[in-house]
Amino acid sequence: MNIHEYQAKALLRSYGMPVPEGHAATTADEATAAARTLGAPVTVVKAQIHAGGRGAGHFAGKPEGRGGVRLARTPAEVAEAAHAMLGQVLVTKQTGPAGRLVRTLYVESGCDIARELYFSMLVDRVTGRVVIVASPDGGMEIEEVAARTPERIFKEYIDPAKGLCDYQSRELAVRLGLKGREIRAFQNVVRAAYNAFTSLDAAIVEVNPLVVTGTGDLLALDAKMSFDENALYRHPEIAKLRDEHEEDPREREAAEYGLAYVGLDGNIGCMVNGAGLAMATMDIIKMEGEEPANFLDVGGGASKERVAAAFRILIGDPKVRGILVNIFGGIMRCDVIAEAIIAASHETGLNVPLVVRLAGTNVDRGKALLAESGLTIIPADDLGDAARKIVAAVRNAGA
Amino acid sequence: MSILVNKSTKVITQGFTGAQGTFHTEQALAYGTHVVGGVTPGKGGSVHLGLPVFDTVAQARAATGADASVIYVPPAGAADAILEAIAAGIGLIVCITEGIPVQDMVHVRAALEQSGSLLIGPNCPGIITPGECKIGIMPGPIHRRGHVGIVSRSGTLTYEAVAQTTAIGQGQSTCVGIGGDPVKGMDFTDVLARMIEDPDTHSIVMIGEIGGTSEIDGAELIRASGTHKPVVGFIAGATAPPGRRMGHAGAVITGGHETASAKIEALREAGIHVAPSPAELGTTLARVLG
Repeated sequence: MNIHEYQAKALLRSYGMPVPEGHAATTADEATAAARTLGAPVTVVKAQIHAGGRGAGHFAGKPEGRGGVRLARTPAEVAEAAHAMLGQVLVTKQTGPAGRLVRTLYVESGCDIARELYFSMLVDRVTGRVVIVASPDGGMEIEEVAARTPERIFKEYIDPAKGLCDYQSRELAVRLGLKGREIRAFQNVVRAAYNAFTSLDAAIVEVNPLVVTGTGDLLALDAKMSFDENALYRHPEIAKLRDEHEEDPREREAAEYGLAYVGLDGNIGCMVNGAGLAMATMDIIKMEGEEPANFLDVGGGASKERVAAAFRILIGDPKVRGILVNIFGGIMRCDVIAEAIIAASHETGLNVPLVVRLAGTNVDRGKALLAESGLTIIPADDLGDAARKIVAAVRNAGA
Repeated sequence: MSILVNKSTKVITQGFTGAQGTFHTEQALAYGTHVVGGVTPGKGGSVHLGLPVFDTVAQARAATGADASVIYVPPAGAADAILEAIAAGIGLIVCITEGIPVQDMVHVRAALEQSGSLLIGPNCPGIITPGECKIGIMPGPIHRRGHVGIVSRSGTLTYEAVAQTTAIGQGQSTCVGIGGDPVKGMDFTDVLARMIEDPDTHSIVMIGEIGGTSEIDGAELIRASGTHKPVVGFIAGATAPPGRRMGHAGAVITGGHETASAKIEALREAGIHVAPSPAELGTTLARVLG
């Protein structure tokens, strides 16, 4: 789960991370009031959306205009920036052409910048340990640094038995070229990030850039945090930070029923059990010449209610011209799936072709239920057969 | 022969009396797995499915001599259940539970590395040596005793591979679903190394997906081993949109080798026969076996 920059900074500050003073604002008046409170010679007004590249982005309809991060020297300039951004759609490299509506701004004191560093923390899947990633090349995308100058990315792995050792941070600081009091300052940044990361079950803490000011202080100029969805149950205060406006409404509904769903742009809706099989089903639809409308994993022990919800999401998507259900039952019993499909079809008034491939636990009973249902379901014997049939059905219906 | 489990493997179930533990232990017993008891804290001394229930894994191991444990404990307690099994000296731990917090698994991984235990999973279907021992949630009847070793990150895609190899008249030596979580127990290399050594495994099917680089490590192990056993591979997720499942800096750690096409390339370079589609795992193997 992602959160906004202003939320991440507030959390990190509470763990001791040095961040500039700032306030969130949802109106131009709030923004100017915030700037007055800050009383800084330069104020930065930043659009709050769950996507990077805001500064280099542009607002919809103004491809030549300025981006979502603006400097202001007077309250009037803050108001001008706020009016230009609030209620407007910001398009960045990461949002795609549709962009994101800006509902909140973060108004922050500007600072003088001597150097920009990159800093992040995440769980490395190879070693199974928390890793600190740092680079002297802050302010640019780390993927770019990785591709062009991988030798300028430094890593430090944390032994969970010992926890973060401060010497690791100091060694990293030296490799980053920090000197004097900057070394201790960096040690404090890493400690704050580690305490936040482990206390809150973060998936990533990313500070880019982490700036060194003219006076040798370190400041988190931008901050991003995301959280392990599986651990949200023990962090209700973090779960509350979810901004549903930033999420695909289909994905939101799916999440309420515990379904893993990712909306895509094709026209064949898929309902599959298991992430790997779901991806393989998407792959084979594409190989047959059509595009999947979604990734949808109903999970291992899905109930009737969950399957029905999955079905409603697929049918409710106007792009969907046909549905492919591919279930290989293990925990999931094919008869339960069949009953849920039948109930959901009646409930939703199924009006697109439906191909169902069932295999595994209680498959015969499941197939019999579908055959007896009176619904026009196209049965398929295997994965290849299912993909060919749904593609043919969608093309026939469209002809 | 087979790898990791066979007809003499003595198994206990953790989360024994819960709905999942009960259902799948019944299935395992029906399949012929040598289940010797189970653990549910607070229910020690009772009998469930005709088998003794213990309060702790240590008690269960002492009383039954179990060498393997399967975990159906809900996510909040699952990492602790694995740690308990490690502490009790269980040799093979299979964790089915889906949704364990990643940072819990960071501690489990560290404990595993200091122990003699092996972990399969979490978030996996388990392991089966057809006709001998089924530990996990896979449907037993799709399997057939034979000589194809199957290893996969995905549960249901493992079943797909099993069904397709059975359909071409082959059977399986052992099938291992290593699970889809980022921090887990055994990985491709651990399983593949055992399958290469196992005289009963004559060919191998490995199924990976996008994210991480463990398939590439597996391919490298196969190449370096110089094995003559044919290996068929598949990588799911060629059409998955980039960046939707992985964190921003995740790709940095591994230098961007996490895409399906990069993995397919690595498999091919290692001499692995990559199936053109997930529906052609069996037919690709049949062609390779001649």
